[in-house]
Amino acid sequence: MTLRPKSAEEIEKMRAAGRVVAEVLAHLHPMCRPGVTTGDLDAEAVRLMEARGARSLFRGQPHPRGGRVYPGNICVSLNEELVHGIPGPREIREGDVVSIDIGVEKDGWCGDAARTFAVGEVPERVRDLLRTTEGALDLVAREARAGVFWSAVAGQIEALVCRAGFAVVTDYVGHGIGRRMWEEPRVPNFVGRDMAREDFLLAEGLTLAVEPMVNLGRREVRETGDGWTVVTVDGKPAAHFEDTFVIRREGAEPLTRL
Amino acid sequence: MAKDVIRMEGRVVESMPNAVFRVELENGHRVMAHVSGRMRMHFIRILPGDQVTVELSPYDLAKGRIVYRSG
Repeated sequence: MTLRPKSAEEIEKMRAAGRVVAEVLAHLHPMCRPGVTTGDLDAEAVRLMEARGARSLFRGQPHPRGGRVYPGNICVSLNEELVHGIPGPREIREGDVVSIDIGVEKDGWCGDAARTFAVGEVPERVRDLLRTTEGALDLVAREARAGVFWSAVAGQIEALVCRAGFAVVTDYVGHGIGRRMWEEPRVPNFVGRDMAREDFLLAEGLTLAVEPMVNLGRREVRETGDGWTVVTVDGKPAAHFEDTFVIRREGAEPLTRL
Repeated sequence: MAKDVIRMEGRVVESMPNAVFRVELENGHRVMAHVSGRMRMHFIRILPGDQVTVELSPYDLAKGRIVYRSG
């Protein structure tokens, strides 16, 4: 598996794309109120992207196993929906766990990030879920240094989540990112039986989209009838946080934060 | 957007040299799949007719890796 680190100029372009992602997420966060539809968030996201000279990475993305292309511009996943929720007429309600995933392409380079928010009052255990999953990203920023194998970081993510009593999703993984959204390598948030084959050395300049996905209950997930939305099998809430990182000597620098 | 691990069920149609098998997936597609190292290490035999789980490479959907034998 040959992984291509990006040059300084290329990283700056990815930083510009990442900034758009961060700005759109920051704009959408306060919009997550009861009565707002997931479609409203999608429409606003497109407006913000175009105003910044970027376009949606997700729209038109072919499904990996055939089936329809992704019809939305962003992903909005509520409660038991883990990822890839298609925006539409569904209204956000008090107590919802809203996960927004945004991908843009600007000037030929990509940025991909996601955040999960609680709308109003949610049980303390759910707040814990969000904090833990976001904590996994902070862990990556600290531990994913050039010279370290990814399996070492993935093992720490898995341990952090398990200690908190939650379950790491194993059916979906993060990914390399650069000119295209999905590049090599696969970036799992756990150490699975394939890790010996799929492990890779972190090198300076490598750009990865790391996205821990964590379920409150059991780790099993499934795709729903619309061909894209992924839900937890047990119906309990799930959290998803993601940043596009560039690997440095001291750690992983996020490109998708303000 | 999260990348999925593309795991599909299938039935082994034909065995070929070097632990490679032709597998017909649940969606009708036929792929060439080799046996995973872990299965070889545990001496798990695979024969035509077996129900198996295949992990597909996202870069070549015609090739895969058999990671589980259920029947």
